[in-house]
Amino acid sequence: MTTLSTDAPKSALSRLLMAVTHQKLLAFASLIVLLIGFSIASPNFMQTSNMIAILQATSVNGVLAIAVTLVIITGGIDLSVGTMMTFTAVITGVVLTFLGLPLLFGVMAAIATGAFCGSCSGTFVAKMKIPPFIATLGMMLILKGLSLVISGTRPIYFNDTPGFSEISRGSVLGEVFPALPLPNGVLILFIVAAVAAYILNRTVLGRYCFALGSNEESVRLSGVNTDRWKIAIYALAGAIVGVAGLLIASRLNSAQPALGLGYELEAIAAVVIGGTSLSGGRGSILGSLIGALIMAVLTNGLRVLSVAQEWQTVVTGAIIILAVYADMMRRKPS
Amino acid sequence: MLSRRALIGALGLTLTLGAAPAVHAQDGEVFIPLISKGFQHQFWQAVKTGADQAAEEMGVRITFEGPDNETMVDRQIDMLAAALANNPGAIGFAALDSQAAIPLLRQADEAGIPVIAFDSGVDSDIPATTTTTDNVAAASLAADKMAELIGGAGKVAVVAHDQTSRTGIDRRDGFLNRMESEYPEIEVVSVQYGAGDQLQSTEVAKAILTANPDLNGMFGTNEGSAIGIVNAVREMGTDEVTVIGYDSGKAQTDAIRSGEMAGAITQNPVGIGYETVKAAIAAMNGEELPEVIDTGFYYYDQSNIDDEEIQAVLYD
Repeated sequence: MTTLSTDAPKSALSRLLMAVTHQKLLAFASLIVLLIGFSIASPNFMQTSNMIAILQATSVNGVLAIAVTLVIITGGIDLSVGTMMTFTAVITGVVLTFLGLPLLFGVMAAIATGAFCGSCSGTFVAKMKIPPFIATLGMMLILKGLSLVISGTRPIYFNDTPGFSEISRGSVLGEVFPALPLPNGVLILFIVAAVAAYILNRTVLGRYCFALGSNEESVRLSGVNTDRWKIAIYALAGAIVGVAGLLIASRLNSAQPALGLGYELEAIAAVVIGGTSLSGGRGSILGSLIGALIMAVLTNGLRVLSVAQEWQTVVTGAIIILAVYADMMRRKPS
Repeated sequence: MLSRRALIGALGLTLTLGAAPAVHAQDGEVFIPLISKGFQHQFWQAVKTGADQAAEEMGVRITFEGPDNETMVDRQIDMLAAALANNPGAIGFAALDSQAAIPLLRQADEAGIPVIAFDSGVDSDIPATTTTTDNVAAASLAADKMAELIGGAGKVAVVAHDQTSRTGIDRRDGFLNRMESEYPEIEVVSVQYGAGDQLQSTEVAKAILTANPDLNGMFGTNEGSAIGIVNAVREMGTDEVTVIGYDSGKAQTDAIRSGEMAGAITQNPVGIGYETVKAAIAAMNGEELPEVIDTGFYYYDQSNIDDEEIQAVLYD
């Protein structure tokens, strides 16, 4: 209903805009309700320091969610983002700590490694026709293993690279506006979101992303090299995962090689809460960003309320189901 | 559509508010969050039991949280951040990675919130004290028991859980050094590592037994290592090897009851939780605390496994 059709660009675009706007509203409304609810329930929730803590907790999952959004819109899924993030962090560790190269090389290595891993997954899916679920499951295990092998199963610390921890923990904004000490990690999340949204909505790559998810066969029949575009999208998602790898490594001032499993599911949950359809062809970066924020607010709020950890998990699961159900109800033709 | 949205909103609000009153702090109540390394493992649940006990006795409110597994360093940091937002009187913290937590610990320090490290230390002078098991002394006791059981002479081997963590190093060296200094007639023929994984430790232990058919005793440095040794002895069908384990858990206590394992060292997880809360309150009151608070350990075997004192610190 909301898919892009090329013969009627205007009405399709306006319909798409409407759907996206409404989805944003719904997710945004839930976010506001949660924020108000927690603020009423606990006086300690709505403090600047806690809001910053929430944003910082969102940064890694948010960037991963943005990466997964791109792949999901093509009708695929990426289960490897968690361990790929770790792998890019480990490679950064090799470049900066083992080889002692300057900071910039580490940053480039992380993003390039991510793009390379992404293009591998993309090739498995597009050229070898392996279902995305299986291809990225395999990738997830390969990268988990390689992270452990390369690091020697020990964390790699970045103590010899001054400034590395500033990537996530420092605050450029706070130096200009002392009243707004937003960590760089959060700033980077917003920049990644803006760039991804631009690519998705304003470039050919973005248009093919939606088109592949809506009807891959008709795109292929119209003479487009769908394989090439698909690999490009997986590679772009991988490069974004590289940014997440930098963020987490910087925040922990170390590459933790065993970390990563489970992060892909949280990213997918954020995407789904944000209204992106798992069957492809529909979704938005802003939605995923809000989805990631909802998850972080929920986790933090329940903690601040001292809800027992067992129940936190139950509530989070219930919210995911509720969010997707609400989205489906809204989409039913009235 | 509007009504649906309103419904969702109302639901969300009810959930949040419904959960709130039961657990929310009253003004003036002392609140001490404990951030642990794990949550669902029996060991950590036992630590929580001890902390709950102390909280009830001393009239403070605690929470106990830990990430799903011991790799999730960043999740633990988020938990620490949320705990700090809640105006705690003090914080108990078992660091997964000391370095990663330092900025937040510094924040706590600047806000005048005492930090008590528990289970394992933090490489920093911020924690007021560390409540933990003296693993070196505990492993020395295991060496003494081993020597006693095999008659002061023979060949023994160690299956350790890893060679890098503090507990792995302390338990291995505590055992080896005691053997070397006190029991010259006992030869330690092999020290190998099974990552605390039952299956991996089984393979390691089988290899040691194959290489040393005349082995008299084996020491496993944690639950997984010890169970691995028992499995290996079982699969190889040897019964001349004296096995000493570490910690508890159903498989290990069963092996001790059935005689497959001679005995094991148990830490006192309940005591770790209890002492952490107690130390937190002492630190809030500005009392001087020792650098390390030893929470104690016991050796248990068939003869005392059902004693009240031992049963209180064992977990299944």
